[in-house]
Formats: sequence, structure tokens, C-alpha cells
Amino acid sequence: MAPLFYIFAVVATLAALSVVLQRTPVYSALSLIVVLCSLAVVYLLLGAEFLAVVQVIIYAGAIMVLFVLVIMLLNARQEAPTDRSRLARRVGVPLLAVFMAEILFAVWGHSASSTSPASQAFDAGPRAIGELLFRNYVLPFEVTSVLILVAVLGAVVLAKKEL
Amino acid sequence: MILFGLGAAGFIVRRNIITIFMCIELMLNAVNLAFIGFSRYLGNLDGQVFAFFVIVVAAAEAAVGLAIIIAVQRNRDTLAIDEIDSMKM
Repeated sequence: MAPLFYIFAVVATLAALSVVLQRTPVYSALSLIVVLCSLAVVYLLLGAEFLAVVQVIIYAGAIMVLFVLVIMLLNARQEAPTDRSRLARRVGVPLLAVFMAEILFAVWGHSASSTSPASQAFDAGPRAIGELLFRNYVLPFEVTSVLILVAVLGAVVLAKKEL
Repeated sequence: MILFGLGAAGFIVRRNIITIFMCIELMLNAVNLAFIGFSRYLGNLDGQVFAFFVIVVAAAEAAVGLAIIIAVQRNRDTLAIDEIDSMKM
């Protein structure tokens, strides 16, 4: 089980690198789909079956399709490096690496003294998540449905030709 | 964590708006992974519920963001982020 995790973690990381480094946006979108699917496999290995399936269906299936659609609609082409992006690359990326190293250091400093993960096989099926959703988290659930409604309205209004 | 760093680096470096948006999605996925990992670690199912909400919010935000990008493209006919700076000083 462990080597499978590492394989898909490496695949996800390589695909993420491809998302960031590719020049053509369509290839970036396809690499992002690879990232999403390999992360879904990792979720399966971590015991989150419902979320893995949700991720593949909704995230990779609907959102990325929307992305690719918009990329093709807008005919996004390869980008040319400018002075500002070169400056951003030289200054921003090392700063980001320092920031990430700090966060990693803080996280490892804490987790070095913790115990092994709880090996209780909790029931993570859709039923258990549904219970949690509708008992403890009813308010966020309703709020997100309003959010989706607002998002749909906003998208329709924004995409009109004349407001 | 690595995914988050990569997404943030791409967010800083890239010039095309759509690619920048994809790096945002990458960061969101990295956060989801952290949530689910912790959920397994603590034996608690709340992390998965929260990751579910993150996916939902990411979907809504992707829809609105792409609509904004389409509107911007229609008005300015460019996707390079250096040229869409009329709000800057």
C-alpha cells in the first residue's frame, strides 16, 4: 500500500510541475487533470472513498472541462516572458522557497513529538459523511447552496454581451 | 505542501490569466490533501466534510472567475496580466 502512495504522490508532483512550467495553457489544463486524478487515488489510499469519487466527478469532470472550454473559447496562446515576469521569477521564487521552508520547519518541529496515526478504521462511507453534513454542518451546507446560486447568477450576468 | 508551493510559484511567475487561475486551483487541491491527511491522522471525519466544502467553493469560484476572465478578454482583447493593470497606480 505504501509504494502505491509514493507512486501517485510522485505522479501528482510531476504533473503539478508540468502545470506550472508548460507554456501552452491547454497542456497545463491537462496536467491539472492528471494532478486531480492522482490526488483522488491518494485520497482513496487515505481512506476517503467518498471524497475521491466526488473529486473525480466534480472537480476533474466538471470544473476542468469548464476550464478547457474557456481556454479554447478564448484561444489562449503561449505566453512570452516580459521584464516583469523575469523579475518575478528571480525574486519571487526564492522568497517563496524560503517561506515554504519556514512553514515546513514549523510543522515538523511540532509533529516530531506526536504519536502514530490513529489506526481505527472509521466508517468513511457516504452515509457517515452525510450524517455529519446534515447534523453538525447543516448551516455551512445551506450557506454553500446559497453560494452556488450566487455564483451561477454572477456567471450568467458577467458573460452577457450587454449588461 | 509541495503542491502548494508549486502552485504559489506558478501563480507568481505566469503571465496568462488562465494559467494563473489553474495555479490557484492547484493550491486549493494541496489544501484539500492536507485536510484529508489530517482527517485520517486524527481519526476524525470532519476533515473530509471540510474538504468537501472546499471542493464546492472551488467549483463556484471557478465558475465566477472564468466568467470574469471572459468579460475581461472581451473588453480588452488580451490575456496577459501585465496589460490588465488599469487598477494599479
